[in-house]
Amino acid sequence: MTALTAIGTYVPRLRLARKAILEGQGKRGGKGERAVCGWDEDALTMAVEAARGCLREADVTVGGITLASTTMPFEERQNATILASALNLGEDIRTLDTGGTQRAGTSALIEAVAAAGPGGDRLVVASDKRESKPGSPQELSFGDGAAAVCVGPGDGIAEVLATRSKSVDFIDHYRGQGRRFDYYWEERWIRDEGYLKLVPGVVTAALEEAGVAPGDVAHAVLPQAVPKAAQGICKAVGLPPEALADSLQDRVGETGTAHPLMMLAAVLEKAEPGQVIVLVGFGQGCDVIVLRATELLADWRSSDWFSGPLARRAEEASYYLYMARNELIERDEGMRAEVDYQSAMTQIYRRRDMLLGLVGGRCTECGTPQFPRARVCVNPACGSFAEQEAYPFADRTAKVVSWSADHLTYTPEPPARYGLIQFEGGGRMFANFTDVAGPEVDVGSDMRMVFRIKEFDRKRGFRRYFWKATPVAGRADDKGGA
Amino acid sequence: MASGIKDKVAIIGMGCSKFGERWEADVEDLIVEAYQECIADAGIGMEDIGAAWLSTAIEEIHGGKGALPLSFALRLPNIPVTRVENFCASGSEALRGATYAVASGACDIALALGVEKLKDTGYGGLPQRSRGMLNQMWWANYSAPGAFAQLASAYRRKHGIAADDLKRAMAHVSVKSHQNGSKNPKAHLQNIITEEKVLNAPMVAEPLGLFDCCGVSDGAACAIVTTPEIAKSLGKTDLVTVKALQIAVSNGSESGFSDWDGSHVMTARLASRRAYEEAGVREPRKEIGLTEVHDCFSITELVTMEDLGLSGEGEAWRDVLDGVFDADGAVPCQIDGGLKCFGHPIGASGLRMIYELYLQLHGRAGARQVADPRLGLTHNLGGAPHQNVCSVSIIGHHGV
Repeated sequence: MTALTAIGTYVPRLRLARKAILEGQGKRGGKGERAVCGWDEDALTMAVEAARGCLREADVTVGGITLASTTMPFEERQNATILASALNLGEDIRTLDTGGTQRAGTSALIEAVAAAGPGGDRLVVASDKRESKPGSPQELSFGDGAAAVCVGPGDGIAEVLATRSKSVDFIDHYRGQGRRFDYYWEERWIRDEGYLKLVPGVVTAALEEAGVAPGDVAHAVLPQAVPKAAQGICKAVGLPPEALADSLQDRVGETGTAHPLMMLAAVLEKAEPGQVIVLVGFGQGCDVIVLRATELLADWRSSDWFSGPLARRAEEASYYLYMARNELIERDEGMRAEVDYQSAMTQIYRRRDMLLGLVGGRCTECGTPQFPRARVCVNPACGSFAEQEAYPFADRTAKVVSWSADHLTYTPEPPARYGLIQFEGGGRMFANFTDVAGPEVDVGSDMRMVFRIKEFDRKRGFRRYFWKATPVAGRADDKGGA
Repeated sequence: MASGIKDKVAIIGMGCSKFGERWEADVEDLIVEAYQECIADAGIGMEDIGAAWLSTAIEEIHGGKGALPLSFALRLPNIPVTRVENFCASGSEALRGATYAVASGACDIALALGVEKLKDTGYGGLPQRSRGMLNQMWWANYSAPGAFAQLASAYRRKHGIAADDLKRAMAHVSVKSHQNGSKNPKAHLQNIITEEKVLNAPMVAEPLGLFDCCGVSDGAACAIVTTPEIAKSLGKTDLVTVKALQIAVSNGSESGFSDWDGSHVMTARLASRRAYEEAGVREPRKEIGLTEVHDCFSITELVTMEDLGLSGEGEAWRDVLDGVFDADGAVPCQIDGGLKCFGHPIGASGLRMIYELYLQLHGRAGARQVADPRLGLTHNLGGAPHQNVCSVSIIGHHGV
């Protein structure tokens, strides 16, 4: 049996009300909100968090990673390798970037199903920080987010019954080389000639192959980027209307390659063992995956799959901040932003486990954990020159020893919050904080580590990643702050 | 056991430029201004100087790297000149180099000069500086105020002090320094401020407001040192001698090990303990008459009173509010206005502190002269509370 063995999602903490977008444009109306990345988040950082969520409780060995996205931070420098390094999964691993279409996430999942066998599970991560022009319909409908699924031959939460794909050069939108934004064709044509003509036949064929009658489908994860397309597909295939899964449009927005998998995670939180789920990805044709929830689902089910990440929320009330953060307007960053952030590739390479994986050291003589790993033990009572063993800090919680909120140092969104943190089990670090609202952090607060952008080298198109501390609780419904 | 530096070296001349926004002055002008006062005070000629130390922390932006800026500005006769850099403690480092050179007998008379030209950087506050390639890839993106503000959060929590009480004590530190600075014609800031103004100032790094932060200034300060014997042979009486010069440097344990609580500066405790031993001071609060400490931020000065043993643990905030460190208090601090008001041209600051104590010991401090300075102590801190270079120096009358 090939099965989904684990699942996780990431929704950025900031949520921008559509009303705020429209008000910023001098218009009225707007329902619900969309998830938006903080200044230090991108498709890769979200992928890391979704994958960490997926693997946290899972008992799987990852043999390979596919990262699907149409908004990868690097066009050249494999993003999946950075992801694997951040997950600290070791270097003997297969990695692959895939993209080019909105169905890259489901296509990667189908490839993982086809390749399932010995050699470990395949971790499929789909993540997008959607790009849209101010004032466009996409700005309202899009959302940022990531989802991760493990696929393997063993026991899992959902068994794969059938997969089916169709490849057609249907250009509902495109983005040429070197362009930032998509170009779209008419919505009615996309719905009537695209979704409603291309998808139903593939779903029907997949269900036939799975031996499932359309009326027996309990959950249909259908693309809903275009209004009424999903309802039309349901009708054409004969799926029960009540099977239509929540589009998440009111709380998250359409998260691109991640979206089918994110909707699937939301479905799996409430699906019953034995129920059949149809998962569809659309873009230059479509992918269909038919799944059946297993008995294990009842035991493994977790609100960490989707509800937890969704509940970690802070309102972004400012359309201006959203635009400035995404360089949709040019803001005065001040002289301190002019610092040259040239990075030495030699240095990054030598310390790749430290910088990407937050791996420190532990003294083999006195046992003191320390970051970074050093040639001489930091414990004043030890001072051993013995080689230190690798000691990963990423999944350890920490307590704040001291902190400040700094309005002077350069950060895209002041104040910069940082402080000294003490890890449970030993080791400490003077660390940047992220996703903190004012009163959330004080001496003694519990923190956890997250993978984020540290600096942009805009001169050269490079960005540095490192780990930051964020409150463990991440109290829901905080007012802004980054 | 080393015998220490006590009374082995005398300071025979000092000079200090006007500190401030010296828009009209180049590095060369600042160096010459401090030097001319110093050499006239010493009553010797340039040809008598055997070696020189130049301290600049980030002045190379304007004057260039190495020893050349000093040698060129003064046209020194090709003597050895060494440039030292140790963050904000650079000035104390220059004095240490010159003092040790004389004590060792390597030269008879040595010069220490510190200079910084910060107002050519275009920044309010200190400029962004390189931190080393690997460090900048993982260190928190901190500024000086944000790093020192950390002290307040930990100090407050450790001693259970209400935020408003600590903020008021911090404000008193600044109000006192402005009061003192108003009597110092060379000070960058000579205005008197109110506690209310400090408390209502814009926030720089929580809980530090604008008036909790020192000025960023241009300036230079200079010292000439020799042995007491040579000083006497030059006709000097009432010698001011070096009693202790100590520097303690972090090795990463504060930020990397687990036994520092973030509420004080570990190196300051080490450096002051060593300095008291070197100078033979047993009861600092009774024996030290005057201090010039590194009040880069109000909270730094406050916790430093405990680090130096002038206040008990957790008591400095009350002592501050009680006026113990005011001009008319038991142990006046920053009688010249301190970094807060005299200003902070980084490479010059350690020497500026010594300059004030030297004037006070000679009774030449004008309107701000204290009655009986006894021993004077300087505390010059470079870096951040969690990783730094801390210098503590003590000077006093020879043989006392």
